[in-house]
Amino acid sequence: MTTLRENTVVRDERAVDAAIPKPKPTRRTPLTWLRGGGLWNLLFLLPMIVVFAVFSWSPIVQSVIMSLQKTNLITSHWVGLDNYIAVLTDPLLGEAVINTLWFAVLAMIFGFPVPLFMAVLMSEVRRGKGLYSALAYLPVVIPPVVAVLLWKFFYSADDNGVFNTILGFVGIPAQPWIQDAVQAMPSLVLEATWAGAGGSIIIYLAALLGVPPELYDAAEVDGASIWRKVWHVTLPQMRGILFIMLILQVIATAQVFLEPFLFTGGGPAGATRTILLYIYDKAFRNSLGGAYGEATAVSVLLAIALALLSWLYFRLTNRWSSS
Amino acid sequence: MKSARKVLLAGATAFAVAGMLASCSAGPADGDSDDGRVQLRVATFPPGADAAAYEAFAEQEKQFEKLHKDIDIVGVEYEWKGPTFAVQLAGGSLPDVFTVPFTDTKTLLENGQLTDVTDAVKKFGYAEKFNPVVLDGVTGDDGRIYGFPRQAYAMGLHYNRDLFEAAGLDPDKPPTTWDEVRAYAKQISDKTGKAGYAQMASGNTGGWQLTAAIVARGERTQTDETDGSAKSTIDNEGTAAALQFLHDLRWEDKSFGSKFDLDWGTINQEFAAGNIGMYTSGSDVYSALVRDFGLSPDSYGLGVVPVEGNDPGTLGGGDVAVISPTVDEGAKDAAATWIDWYYMQKLMDEDAAVTDAKTLADSGQAVGTPVLPVLSREQYEESLTWIESYINVPRDQMSAFIDNIWEQTPVGEPKKKTQEVYALLDTLVQTVLTQEDADISALLKKAQSDAQALLDQ
Repeated sequence: MTTLRENTVVRDERAVDAAIPKPKPTRRTPLTWLRGGGLWNLLFLLPMIVVFAVFSWSPIVQSVIMSLQKTNLITSHWVGLDNYIAVLTDPLLGEAVINTLWFAVLAMIFGFPVPLFMAVLMSEVRRGKGLYSALAYLPVVIPPVVAVLLWKFFYSADDNGVFNTILGFVGIPAQPWIQDAVQAMPSLVLEATWAGAGGSIIIYLAALLGVPPELYDAAEVDGASIWRKVWHVTLPQMRGILFIMLILQVIATAQVFLEPFLFTGGGPAGATRTILLYIYDKAFRNSLGGAYGEATAVSVLLAIALALLSWLYFRLTNRWSSS
Repeated sequence: MKSARKVLLAGATAFAVAGMLASCSAGPADGDSDDGRVQLRVATFPPGADAAAYEAFAEQEKQFEKLHKDIDIVGVEYEWKGPTFAVQLAGGSLPDVFTVPFTDTKTLLENGQLTDVTDAVKKFGYAEKFNPVVLDGVTGDDGRIYGFPRQAYAMGLHYNRDLFEAAGLDPDKPPTTWDEVRAYAKQISDKTGKAGYAQMASGNTGGWQLTAAIVARGERTQTDETDGSAKSTIDNEGTAAALQFLHDLRWEDKSFGSKFDLDWGTINQEFAAGNIGMYTSGSDVYSALVRDFGLSPDSYGLGVVPVEGNDPGTLGGGDVAVISPTVDEGAKDAAATWIDWYYMQKLMDEDAAVTDAKTLADSGQAVGTPVLPVLSREQYEESLTWIESYINVPRDQMSAFIDNIWEQTPVGEPKKKTQEVYALLDTLVQTVLTQEDADISALLKKAQSDAQALLDQ
């Protein structure tokens, strides 16, 4: 410590400390909370708590209660675990799970690498990065329902359908697209990838910026081609983001509803009925409202399954993540 | 130190004010309008109907309120939608008077979701006038009546006269056998490139139309046992024939077109747009085709669904005007009065029929669409003579139906788990239409056992 003037005395910090009277450490009681402005905190938090309670937590609690009842929204009676047993022994649920897994696998194969690939390409572009980002994000801006209805029109199976006409230019015969049980799910995944890629691209672009350029220089020095650079430098550096995006994608695809509902309604012959569409059908397909209890039972089971999956995932990847 | 008391005071004041505002904003009690009249919310028509429909209703509202100065009618757009019905009922947002299809009245009865209107029906004096088959659909096990059947329809074969002409067929002679339907469909698709014959396949309508096709071939999908249970009889020759018919049109003749996921709305849309030559649906669909889907009346034709086999019939349907169970006593009488005036009188009383027809015709709404009588055939035909000068639907284009429907036996929809079984049959229809090598007899066996499992629940 520097002395400023001759007669400035540097005090011993410990002596100073000992000289200042300290308040006695208080016990934390409700009164201290009150005095510390606790009520103001509560008052400001109250609107958010009320909104969450009414619109988020209360429906969840009601769902769980409904899953243990047989109800038509007017009268209800308790049936214990009957709903769970009924849905677990329903072959249609098995079919829905398989369809959802199939959607998830296709989305993983197409929907996961494509935005990453595009982001890497876009990060190498010298000029016009902003333009490409805007173009990539444009599909995300289109309201999902509008996008699906547009694509439904494009997917028209007759020879004049937009996609069939384009295929006709290169000599490929007209395809049934969503009218065929085998082609329906890939058609859905194609639209879902188109609609969702933009958001992922933007996130990956940002993550790519975080890769230290010295690593690329070092790789260049070692004589790495662009693909080896991507594989050995870019991807490992983006590990954390990639893992997060993967689990988010898995959770999102497990709950896919919009595409099957609007494109095919679960058809043809149940080929695109996913778990959430199955829940919707159980609750709302039949006149007069259907089996609300069974629908909420499947919802609860799905939530538990996804929670377990997420926990397992984070346990396993804990050691691997870069953070 | 922040004054905890100040905070408490502020919070308490905020809550008090909020509470007062909340209680102030509660509107007039259910059923009372501001000026002491009984307020009645009544169903009108689906949202998206053309402007003239609203004008016609406004005119009818005025007429009614002139006769009954103590009732204030509020028209509410309404469309029967199974998924939202239960939620609307639970949330109290159903109109006080609305219509329910026959299919669902029995279930609503069991759930206690309909108001007992036996006294009103007796008071108006037409309990005996109803066709007993029709009245059975709204009678509970206790013998009480829970709704006013207001309209019934049979299944009809709708066809596009323009496409018939373009294919070289006579537009006044629709097909009368299923083989003719197949031949005409092939001719239409060969000559015009449009679908010759299409059928609904999704949203439970596939099962509904398949059931109609089965009934037209002389079989039934369900029988009621004496002990109250039901037996599924889906696996029969009529079903196999109906599915084989669809298969042949789709895969051999290629006259089915390329859309295999049509429902009631989308098939009407395709037909109105001139993309389908023939399809089956309720005989009263003309009104909706013109009002909601833009069909040009000149291109419309209606015939009967071909029947064959022993004991064939035409699948009938219809709807019932009911009073919401949440309506209080004072409004119940008003509701019954409205139902009588708006739905029933035009069936029985000449003046009421003429006034109604005139109002509708003046606003360009369809008058005279072919329906089945809920009272008696004689009453129905007499009522047609009353409104003859206002009929504006092209009934001569529908003569094939009007002349021949009386020879067909109306058959009611299956009573138990109707919609669930329709959903099963949807899958059947979609499989046959999208898989060329579908094994129909194996599919039928599975469908029947699945349906029986549903019925046994």
